[in-house]
Amino acid sequence: MHIERHEIEKLATLARIAINEDTISDVTARLGSVLDLVDQLQAIDTDGVAPMSHPMQSTQRLREDEVTELNQREAFQAVAPDIEQGLFLVPKVIE
Amino acid sequence: MHNLTIAELVKGLQSKEFSSTELTQHFLDRILSLNPAYNAVITITAENALKAAAVADKRLAAGNAPALCGVPILHKDIFCTRDVRTSCGSKMLDNFIPPYNATVVENFERDGVVVLGKTNMDEFAMGSSNETSFYGAVINPWAADCVPGGSSGGSAAAIAARLAPGATATDTGGSIRQPAALCGITGLKPTYGRVSRWGMIAFASSLDQGGPMARTAEDCALLLHSMAGFDEKDSTCIDHEVPDYSATLGNSISGLRIGVPKEYFSEGLDVGTEQAVRVALAALEAQGAELIEISLPNTGLSVPAYYVIAPAEASANLSRFDGVKYGYRCEDPKDLQDLYSRTRAEGFGEEVQRRILIGTYCLSAGYYDAYYGKAQQVRQLIKQDFTSAFKEIDVIMGPTCPSPAFKFGSKGDDPVAMYLEDIYTIATNLAGLPGMSVPCGMVDDKPVGLQIIGNYFDEALMLNIAHQYQQTTDWHNAVPKGIL
Repeated sequence: MHIERHEIEKLATLARIAINEDTISDVTARLGSVLDLVDQLQAIDTDGVAPMSHPMQSTQRLREDEVTELNQREAFQAVAPDIEQGLFLVPKVIE
Repeated sequence: MHNLTIAELVKGLQSKEFSSTELTQHFLDRILSLNPAYNAVITITAENALKAAAVADKRLAAGNAPALCGVPILHKDIFCTRDVRTSCGSKMLDNFIPPYNATVVENFERDGVVVLGKTNMDEFAMGSSNETSFYGAVINPWAADCVPGGSSGGSAAAIAARLAPGATATDTGGSIRQPAALCGITGLKPTYGRVSRWGMIAFASSLDQGGPMARTAEDCALLLHSMAGFDEKDSTCIDHEVPDYSATLGNSISGLRIGVPKEYFSEGLDVGTEQAVRVALAALEAQGAELIEISLPNTGLSVPAYYVIAPAEASANLSRFDGVKYGYRCEDPKDLQDLYSRTRAEGFGEEVQRRILIGTYCLSAGYYDAYYGKAQQVRQLIKQDFTSAFKEIDVIMGPTCPSPAFKFGSKGDDPVAMYLEDIYTIATNLAGLPGMSVPCGMVDDKPVGLQIIGNYFDEALMLNIAHQYQQTTDWHNAVPKGIL
């Protein structure tokens, strides 16, 4: 399936992946080849077929709304790229 | 000691022929000296392993230790291990040290299993050759110019090279069975929901399933018994009794009805591979099984359906890697968008980026029904193929993959060529069925795998069949050249 360069740019924005100028035509070509593969599905008659999301048809289990985990902020933040006073730091968002 | 199976190691440990400490040191020494030639192990946990071995020796001395107590194994680097780097084969998680253990890791710890280290894999389990790993490709112990398969190529190669007697692995579209076939070992992907996915880094949540790899079916039975079971923490895990897989290995397979799908012997199948599989089927027939030709008419749709469903789920699962809470972060981000976009462009490899983009496309506004919805309907059709087949037969058998191990770089630039490597394995994941690969021959000095597909929760029967096959054949005992 033919996919346009501007569509790839939009996808890259949605997926939050920067694609540089040198590779965009390769990315477009290879994505097109995968979409050709998946487009085979369009020819199949699936009228009235129920979509399958779980092999066992199970439904989501529910549990009591109780606290089961202790706060482990220090352990979790030990692997964070940048923290301060228990907060995760990112570049300034609001001027 | 490294040529003994897990079952034999268990006997040796329990009869005090050798200690877990001796055994663990022996495998650590082998990893240190031999692994550079294979790149199968990417983290060695020598100190922890020797500590765990000392504890196991005490439990063994006290008596009543679980069967696997003191046996050393390797974990695929997709299972979170507390205080030990868990990279998932990605630059994104190269610096990630989990503060917790995956349930599978906990289960093995409970049973006294010793962890030697973590194995190499395709990045985020996306690949069939191990070439997408941030840590470089794994070398197939049978042929230095060939891939070991993927994504669990490190686990498979490590077992083939006798760096460990067993390992954990995961399978989303063939990632246990295909590398098991290409490396000449035995691997089992259980029924979806049999083994907890908690702490196993998610790729495609409705398809991912962890399972064991070892040299024999008997060993896989021991490992699966420890791995499997209900887990509150995994909402898709199924509460179903875990049988004693070892207890039924000796059952006769006389009268077993084996379905042989004609679609699994179509064009694209290597001649030598087909011949090896046919000989294996004849050997089972000689043991009293009956071969029945069946049809799984929607087999050809499994690859296209998979390449909608798996990337769609991956694009959602991998959105958590944003450079904020853990993992890689790009240098000097100018704003939040730049932080996300460059972190993900620099942290993910090409194949992972491609799948995220495909998934994003399939889930984007206006395309959801045409792609994801449609693929889920086709998935239902694929499942129905199996459901009707299992009315007449007990198991399905065919080749695990279309050909033996291929050369590095040989699938070229077209991602679809690589995707077709999983043509015989993907349908099982889509249906949620258990699948297994057992060594069944050699083509050009490279191993061939026989695939056994069972009905839901029929792992005990599959292991029984594989064990019976391994009682009368010797392929699982073959050792790659140069490995002593």
